[in-house]
Amino acid sequence: MTAVDSGAAVVGADELLGLYEQMAVIRRTEKAAHDLFLAGLVKGTTHLAAGHEAVAVGASAALRPDDYVFATYRGHHHAMARGATPAECLAELMSKGTGLCKAKGGSMHLTKASAGMLGSYAIVGAHLPLAAGAAWSARLRGSGQVAVAFFGDGATNIGAFHEALNLSAVWALPVLFICENNLYMEYTPIGEVTAVANPAADRAPGYGIPAEVIDGNDVVVVKDAVHRAAELARSGGGPTVIEALTYRHFGHSRTDPGAYRPAEEVERWMQRDPLELARARLQVHGVPGESVTAADERAARIVAEAVAEAKAAPGPDPHDAFTDVWADGGSAWRT
Amino acid sequence: MADMITYREAVAEGLARELRRDSSVVCLGEDIGAAGGVFKTTSGLFAEFGKERVWDTPISEQAILGVAMGAAMTGMRPVAEIMFSDFFACCWDYLANEIPKMRYMTGGQVTVPLVVRTANGGGLGFGAQHSQAVENWTLAIPGLKIAAPSNPADVVGLMAAAIRSDDPVVFFEHKGLFASKGPAAPEGHVVELGKAAVAREGSDVSLVALAATVPMALAAADLLAADGISAEVIDLRCLVPLDMATVLASVGRTSRLVIVEENPFQGGWGGTVASIVADEGFELLDAPIRRVAAACVPLPFADALEQLVIPTVDGVVKAARTLVAY
Ligand SMILES: Cc1ncc(C[n+]2csc(CCOP(=O)(O)OP(=O)(O)O)c2C)c(N)n1
Ligand SMILES: [Mg+2]
Repeated sequence: MTAVDSGAAVVGADELLGLYEQMAVIRRTEKAAHDLFLAGLVKGTTHLAAGHEAVAVGASAALRPDDYVFATYRGHHHAMARGATPAECLAELMSKGTGLCKAKGGSMHLTKASAGMLGSYAIVGAHLPLAAGAAWSARLRGSGQVAVAFFGDGATNIGAFHEALNLSAVWALPVLFICENNLYMEYTPIGEVTAVANPAADRAPGYGIPAEVIDGNDVVVVKDAVHRAAELARSGGGPTVIEALTYRHFGHSRTDPGAYRPAEEVERWMQRDPLELARARLQVHGVPGESVTAADERAARIVAEAVAEAKAAPGPDPHDAFTDVWADGGSAWRT
Repeated sequence: MADMITYREAVAEGLARELRRDSSVVCLGEDIGAAGGVFKTTSGLFAEFGKERVWDTPISEQAILGVAMGAAMTGMRPVAEIMFSDFFACCWDYLANEIPKMRYMTGGQVTVPLVVRTANGGGLGFGAQHSQAVENWTLAIPGLKIAAPSNPADVVGLMAAAIRSDDPVVFFEHKGLFASKGPAAPEGHVVELGKAAVAREGSDVSLVALAATVPMALAAADLLAADGISAEVIDLRCLVPLDMATVLASVGRTSRLVIVEENPFQGGWGGTVASIVADEGFELLDAPIRRVAAACVPLPFADALEQLVIPTVDGVVKAARTLVAY
């Protein structure tokens, strides 16, 4: 770990402790999701974001409550950073009626529209134009909101990425494209299939969009970069591409052990755990160790209670298989 | 007699009425602005409403539908144009995976009130990649409403209903009908989605049609009348919601059914209509159900060949005669 300053210019001690606790909650929720999957209580699939916490929490800290966020199937951290509770996320994963999406979405589609978290999308790259559209809408309504699309490195090779960047630049839309570059798609390194070193940032100049490559594991750095990009967007300066370098702690999905990743590389990135980095900054801030321990304990308690709550929740309402297709709540397609 | 306008003018009129009525309506698409659209269906809109309401886009079908969806999720009522319906294949993810599923997947948290307009169908000699009738593609996806008007007044009335709908609507404008004329729509005209029209009453055979096959069925009905056969023509207007009540009631009167559809026989919408009638209207029938649909080949370029592949008035007349003689 490199020496750090406190980052006090961006984040004060109290706020940083709060961001740390949010990251700790996400980390423990992801660990719980993993354990629940192994226990057979989470069906289907999960794509855990442990290791990516600083991107979501740092970005959220820089955004207004009414800004819009669009995430991928690896999106638990974004749902929670925007205010979804661990209990409603875990309930969704566990097919419970109290889940965020009434158990109709699942791990890959966590959504909390009331908090501006407008969905998690499982078709790689599909949501970048959606974020551009939300930004276009904000501009048309003169609301001053920005929209943010979070996406993986793999999404930079799909057409929708390029169409979204070009249109957003041409229309000067208040949208941020934040790539969580974790070096891998599912199992193949992004570097093996991409002609440039930084798959998102190196493409941005081709669309006349400013770009920045940042340490995505440092919550202070993320907040700073997102804050600047959001200000630019709000003032009519158009989109920014932020490529946040990060690393996943689990495999790609389900029980993938990630055996394709060199041990030395894993080790190096574990040294750069976002929680460790934040702890180091807190120390420089002079925040007492007991305060950090207390934050960890609160996080542990919140997640333990969330697991218990989700486990105890009822299953989905059978009636809901046939609701919510249309805006009238129903699914009738013929007379 | 009421003023007559073309189907093409009706598209622009339908859009203009909603743009005037509701400031959250906004149009986007390729060449729809100052150019007025490649089919001139957005003619005059840019001049009246300006560039903040009528947006020219790059040739980016995914971005067009994706941006429309994101705007629809956040308070706007976008009307996106995909120049030719064949290009749905270039943005199919949005039509198949994103737009129709968002509301359901989120447990009802999000609505997507948008309209996707597109020029559909053959008869103009544009070849296999610009002539398809692809309404059946969209019928395969639960979560999309589908309108396909056959005349100028319905264009205006269904456009109003589609834009005001809180659900996503795919709006098929038929290329072969753009130049056709009909009575103008009265002020405030709205045609509720999912209500078929009896375009001509008859007692011997029901011809169920959509968009360009409606005038085809009406022409066939004229010829059949000369033979003493009374054909009823049902204009479905929409595929979703599908007005089977009107179809079944018509078959109850005529006891014979010919379905006239421009999409290919294989996987065409007539298969759905036929299966419901066979199931729920079996007792009403005095003859087999006959489908007149496009042949299962890519559409050829030459008129002489295209006419052999897509439904024709003659084909409808023959099918109806066969059933009446059954
Ligand atoms: C269009 C599309 N192609 C392929 C897939 C299958 N798939 C799911 S995740 C994934 C890897 C994506 O990698 P990246 O964008 O780097 O995101 P990460 O999983 O690393 O967060 C692939 C190929 C998909 N869901 N969508
Ligand atoms: Mg990746």
